Amino acid sequence: MRNWQKYIGIILPLLVIAGLMLYPTITGKAAARETAFTILKAIALASSLNILLGYTGYVSFGHIVFFGFGGYVGFYLLSSQGLSLWICILAGGFSSGLLAFLLGKAILRLRGAYFALATIGVNEAMRAFINNFDLFGGPTGITLNFKAYLAYGGAAKALEMAFYVVGGLAILAIILSYIIRTSKFGLGLLAIRENEDAAEVMGVFAPDAKTWAYVLSAIIPGMIGVLFFFKNGNVEPHDAFPLHASIELLVMVMLGGQGTVLGPILGAFAYQGMRGYLVTSDFFKDIQLSVSGALLLIIVLFIPAGAVGWLRQRFPILRRVLA
Amino acid sequence: MTLLLQVQGVTKRFGGLQALTQVTFDLPKGQILGLIGPNGAGKTTLFNTINGVYHPEEGRILFQGKDVTNKMPYHLAKMGMARTHQIVRPLNELTLRENVMVGACFGHENQSLSKAVKIADEVLEFVGISSRTDQLAGSLNVAQKKRLEMARALASHPYLLLLDEVLAGLNPSEIDGMIQMILDIRKQGVTIIMIEHLMKAVMNVSDRILVLDYGTQIAEGSPNEIANHPKVIEAYLGDPKLAEQLMEDD
Repeated sequence: MRNWQKYIGIILPLLVIAGLMLYPTITGKAAARETAFTILKAIALASSLNILLGYTGYVSFGHIVFFGFGGYVGFYLLSSQGLSLWICILAGGFSSGLLAFLLGKAILRLRGAYFALATIGVNEAMRAFINNFDLFGGPTGITLNFKAYLAYGGAAKALEMAFYVVGGLAILAIILSYIIRTSKFGLGLLAIRENEDAAEVMGVFAPDAKTWAYVLSAIIPGMIGVLFFFKNGNVEPHDAFPLHASIELLVMVMLGGQGTVLGPILGAFAYQGMRGYLVTSDFFKDIQLSVSGALLLIIVLFIPAGAVGWLRQRFPILRRVLA
Repeated sequence: MTLLLQVQGVTKRFGGLQALTQVTFDLPKGQILGLIGPNGAGKTTLFNTINGVYHPEEGRILFQGKDVTNKMPYHLAKMGMARTHQIVRPLNELTLRENVMVGACFGHENQSLSKAVKIADEVLEFVGISSRTDQLAGSLNVAQKKRLEMARALASHPYLLLLDEVLAGLNPSEIDGMIQMILDIRKQGVTIIMIEHLMKAVMNVSDRILVLDYGTQIAEGSPNEIANHPKVIEAYLGDPKLAEQLMEDD
């Protein structure tokens, strides 16, 4: 096989990101950057969730907890301790990773629906905890002093910078996803997804592998959280831990194709596009989430492998190029 | 004669059910041990206890001289133990090659992905399903899935191979192929324990045979001794003439 063909599984996703990052410059509209930011954020989050859901086969209904928790920790350090954004983003990623490590030790021994239920519980428990945690401002949350943006050349410059940082994080998420997909560690995860008992008999250290998959799926959401709240200028418990956002992430991954590198990217793209249309239409704006629910049902019933998965099944030749 | 596996007084209970009672045997390197007994005698439970899926209430198990009584299946795989399952467990959404690579990558040799690809292709050739290397495991029929189970186990280049009814559900020509394969594997120096209902096969292939009945070991010996053992005839073979027939086929 020629060299470029071997790497098309990573080149194609990166081209999508590059296109999204250039989109605001090409159109020259300020609103375009907001749209692209939302899509890039969704791509990074969905690709991260895919490590757990798609590769390892564990359904998390509360993955947004890592976005919220990491975001809170980083934003607290940013606003109250005055640390630089870069250190805060790293701190957000690290704390989400640590949370996933501890949670993984506790709840990853559960399988199937029990694990999924536990993840909802974790998200709700975390929201209740933050609501009553005075250091993080309790129910009113934390607001960033406007002066903090001066260090980044003022609010307008800071917003522009945040856009490129989210693009960078999306690229990081995709590269991480691709490396795992094509590594020996990833092969072990796929084996766990297909049959955990058989994988253990063949020598896959399932408890450790699952924990690391969980940690790796949590780090980038934590970093994205810090960046998102930095861009918003404030954080409140209901913004940080919205259960419906977890479910939307599931829809994105399932729509595009779980267990593939490209799937969550296309899924996030398509879902955000659809959502953008729905929330602005008079008829759908109040029932936008019902449409997501119906969409999830249709995917699970008719194309459980998602779009990319369906293409790979239908055209085996594509298995070589679509990672 | 070095002992690869020592099972000493192993007892396993599930609630009130006594699944294994004081099972004791030694397995020298390079031998094939046949494990027979009526349905529900505890044969698969014994496999599960040896490879760490279950942990026994009493007794201990030594593998390569080390106590492995409370180890997990992945620890034992890393020490060079591999097995097949009576009810096949293919990784359906992965290709045959990927299935076998898992065995090579995570077994005691800890192969890299690129080495594992080579091993997988060799082993798939050996078990005779190499024409389907790039197909998904879910698309195979039962006989092919049994070969895949075998391939995955062999790809780890195990010291001890546990075969759980690899002949069940195969047609006569497939059975002959599988028996030849087992003998070829033994030639490569692999020690084997096989659970088998097909008496002719187990009598011909095994160096020694262990008979379980209601979790108790009622006899152990050469195929000849077992075929003429009164307790075995009563519990399992049923008909004394059948035993004679089995030996005549040699």
